[in-house]
Amino acid sequence: MTQVNIKVNDEEQRVPAGTTISGLLDLMQITSPAVAVELNLEVQPRHQFDSCQLSEGDSVEIVTLVGGG
Amino acid sequence: MSELNKATSTVESAEKSDGNDPDQEDLFRIGCHTFQSRLIMGTGRYLSFEAMQESHFAGETECVTIAVRRERLHDSSGRNILDFIDAERLVLLPNTAGSYDAETAVRCARMGREILRHLENPGADWVKLEVLGDSRTLLPDPIELLKATEILVADGFDVLCYTSDDPVIARRLKDAGATSVMPAASPIGSGLGILNQNNLRMIIDDLKRDDPDFPVIVDAGIGTASDAAQAMELGFDAVLLNSAVALAEQPVSMAAAMRHAIVGGRLAFHSGRIPKSRYGSASSPDVGVISHRIQPKTD
Repeated sequence: MTQVNIKVNDEEQRVPAGTTISGLLDLMQITSPAVAVELNLEVQPRHQFDSCQLSEGDSVEIVTLVGGG
Repeated sequence: MSELNKATSTVESAEKSDGNDPDQEDLFRIGCHTFQSRLIMGTGRYLSFEAMQESHFAGETECVTIAVRRERLHDSSGRNILDFIDAERLVLLPNTAGSYDAETAVRCARMGREILRHLENPGADWVKLEVLGDSRTLLPDPIELLKATEILVADGFDVLCYTSDDPVIARRLKDAGATSVMPAASPIGSGLGILNQNNLRMIIDDLKRDDPDFPVIVDAGIGTASDAAQAMELGFDAVLLNSAVALAEQPVSMAAAMRHAIVGGRLAFHSGRIPKSRYGSASSPDVGVISHRIQPKTD
């Protein structure tokens, strides 16, 4: 299967071509509902997670909420 | 009347003319939120999530601030902090802590909003905006802060700006559309309390002139309960703190102390303190004193 090179939280990753944001979260075993995803510096609305496919060179940020003041 | 007292009377008379009945419940209104508590607490630096949860409970806070960070990709088995924050009772206030430029702060704010929208938390559309200028002092970068404020206000956020005690920057942030301006009492986590009372008084006086309901919150630097009481006596609408409770030897009882101090300080502010005098002024009558050593005043 064709793979694409992407960056996730600044780490190089290879994922199958056609992987969606939902698919990436599954691959990363991230199940928490308390995450937001940014694709190439643009926040992605949750309802697009299933449709938005990742391409070669994409940069993804996955963030969550942590303790802070 | 001293300048300080004049400033107090300005703020007080402004509140009175607003129809503030002292018998009415003294609610804290900010953006689209209304709280009974005037204590906003952080969620960082606690020894455990349990200690945090108990402290929030003891402080009777209704709003806690929380940071946005990268998800850990290789260790997602840890417990989730949100399981220790009662979403029925507490409004979340996402913050942009750790941002050193406007672009990062704006990205943090937008991602925080996305998470809270998905969680259907009422805190989705506001943000505690923090843009730091220096990692040692943790003092804000006023230029990047103003830039980020303008962007986020245009994007529909209620922006609560963490800023320094500079009255001019405070005014610029309000003019840019900030929902609240939150000057630091002293550097974040320093516990030094209020270092420049005069500047903070100027900020409160200036931002509330002709706009008495504009919320001004002291954010950062509180060390102990008397600092929080002092802030409320100055006329702040609320106190935001984290380390003073989280790092106290007994966080839960310190949270309770903060709650009492804030209630006491607020009442004192509304009660109109006596003017300061260089000399003594006896509480008992001079007339009828049984000793001849003290002569009654004749004037």
